Amino acid sequence: MERKFMKGCEAVAEAAVRAGCRFFAGYPITPQNEVPEYFARRLPEVGGQFVQGESEVASINMVMGAASAGVKAMTSSSSPGVSLKAEGVSQAANGSLPLVVANFMRGGPGGGSIQPAQSDYWQATKAMGNGGYKLIVVSPGTLQEAVDLTYKAFELAERDRNPVMILADGCIGAMMEPVTLPEMKSDEQLEKEKQARKNWLVNGFKHREIGPVNIDLWGGRTSMLAMEAIAAGEKPGPRGLEESNRVSGELYERWAKEDTMVELYKMEDAEYVITGYGTAGRVAKSAVDALRAEGVKVGLIRPIIVFPFPYDAYKALDPKKIKFILDVEMAIPGQMVEDVKFAIQDRIPIHQFGRSGGNIVGREEIIAAFKAL
Amino acid sequence: MEKVYSVPSTKHEVVGGFCPGCLHGVVVKLVCEVQEELGILDRTVCVVGVGCCCITARHWKCDVMNAPHGRAPAVATGLKRMAPKDTVVYTYQGDGDLAAIGLSEIMYAANRGENFTVIFVNNSTYGMTGGQMAPTTLVGMKATTAPFGRKAEDVGYPLHMCEILNQLGAPTYLARVSCDSSPNVIKTKAAIKKAFQNQIDGKGFSLVEIMSACPTNWGLSPLDSIKFMREKTMVEFPLGVYRDR
Repeated sequence: MERKFMKGCEAVAEAAVRAGCRFFAGYPITPQNEVPEYFARRLPEVGGQFVQGESEVASINMVMGAASAGVKAMTSSSSPGVSLKAEGVSQAANGSLPLVVANFMRGGPGGGSIQPAQSDYWQATKAMGNGGYKLIVVSPGTLQEAVDLTYKAFELAERDRNPVMILADGCIGAMMEPVTLPEMKSDEQLEKEKQARKNWLVNGFKHREIGPVNIDLWGGRTSMLAMEAIAAGEKPGPRGLEESNRVSGELYERWAKEDTMVELYKMEDAEYVITGYGTAGRVAKSAVDALRAEGVKVGLIRPIIVFPFPYDAYKALDPKKIKFILDVEMAIPGQMVEDVKFAIQDRIPIHQFGRSGGNIVGREEIIAAFKAL
Repeated sequence: MEKVYSVPSTKHEVVGGFCPGCLHGVVVKLVCEVQEELGILDRTVCVVGVGCCCITARHWKCDVMNAPHGRAPAVATGLKRMAPKDTVVYTYQGDGDLAAIGLSEIMYAANRGENFTVIFVNNSTYGMTGGQMAPTTLVGMKATTAPFGRKAEDVGYPLHMCEILNQLGAPTYLARVSCDSSPNVIKTKAAIKKAFQNQIDGKGFSLVEIMSACPTNWGLSPLDSIKFMREKTMVEFPLGVYRDR
């Protein structure tokens, strides 16, 4: 395993390449410009292609085209740019295309600021675009997590044939840390993986085991399943948009059971809980350590995958033991706190502390907010 | 008896779905005939736009991908670049899709000289949504969103896509043809064939703009629509080969 000192944006891009990403299209926007810049010089080395799209909208659509040709593909942006990509992500979710979208969040709403923020939790986890669909949303708090989750994002996208979002904030993109890079997937391995999905690719039917497909087979996710069923000599199941949405709904329910990821830190004897994700979660962790040094029995709940949300980690809290929960986010009003409230349902008092407008939440101010309660 | 004419083997035998007098059906048939003659069906992908053009999706026997409104050239860019080398990709778009909401995507795909084919059907209106003003609606021509006729002083003039794209360095082939008459249909087929052959030869971006009619939204009979094309739209949009390299 190779260990390197890297910048967040570049670490994400390199992890993507090692996961097999061979196509990237993106449009410049701060604070994630190092992502397209890295891909522009890296992808030609591995036989991939980089295209600087004329817009965010064009970029996500190019990625959809590459994904439908069976190539692992990715785009990246920051908050306002991700809004523009929503159209394509919605289309990709309906078409059941595996691809990865990274959002290095900055201040909002609107153009907001170019400094780090966690302004898009609602957008990423509740309604990324029109139509009612969901994505697995991974949210790293360290660069090592950013690398590992990027690698995982491609595997999840392939497994579910659904877009996956990397929800990082500008801090994760801009800072440098040592990271252990994952193994580079070999061309043979990537070809093998591509062969495994050949029966739903849209790149000319001579590459599939089934010939021309007529419109009777159409209907979002069910088209793909039907094509594979026919290729396997089985009877295709029911099809159509409603059926497709039902199948997608079942997928989202499976995620809730199988794919949550959360860090519980010093929770065994905790009487207080601080919770946050991404950079806010990381700073909150250092606040927990500082408070523990003063003898305060405080623990941390840090969601690492924010959708599916780890409701169970909060539901398991004992109201007789936990005096209150302090939710910390780089967003005003707080966004993730709504999911915490949903899990807790008035059983434990929940307080919220946030910074916004591109201000990074500080350890001392978290401690001050905690002590004021 | 020898069979001299039939539905191309490259087309699904389905009910049209187009209004009487619409020329989309002719264009679909021509594209399918070209695919048959070039023997490329099993390695071809159509990226369809949104509007009446997406009705064609049920006709194509080749692989079909639906793009969001206007984005077909971007989808085709990613697809063509990453698909197996011999894959043939074409977009099928109307004038609202290509020249309004998708103007940016078509300009940049053309400017990059992407090696795919664009079939662009221009009927001067938004057909599927009910006859709203299109980027190609003539000055003075009525539309449901221009009830008193298109006023140039308010909304400007029709966009001439072949002429606009002809300002760019990269495109290989830009032609405007029409399906108003048998001789023109034959010329249209030749242009479509050339646009596909260019791609197969790796020559780069080819676009065929095909003048069509929309009797339903023009409020004319099919025959009067043809007359309107010859007297009006084909005058505003002169036929010809604008670029051939």
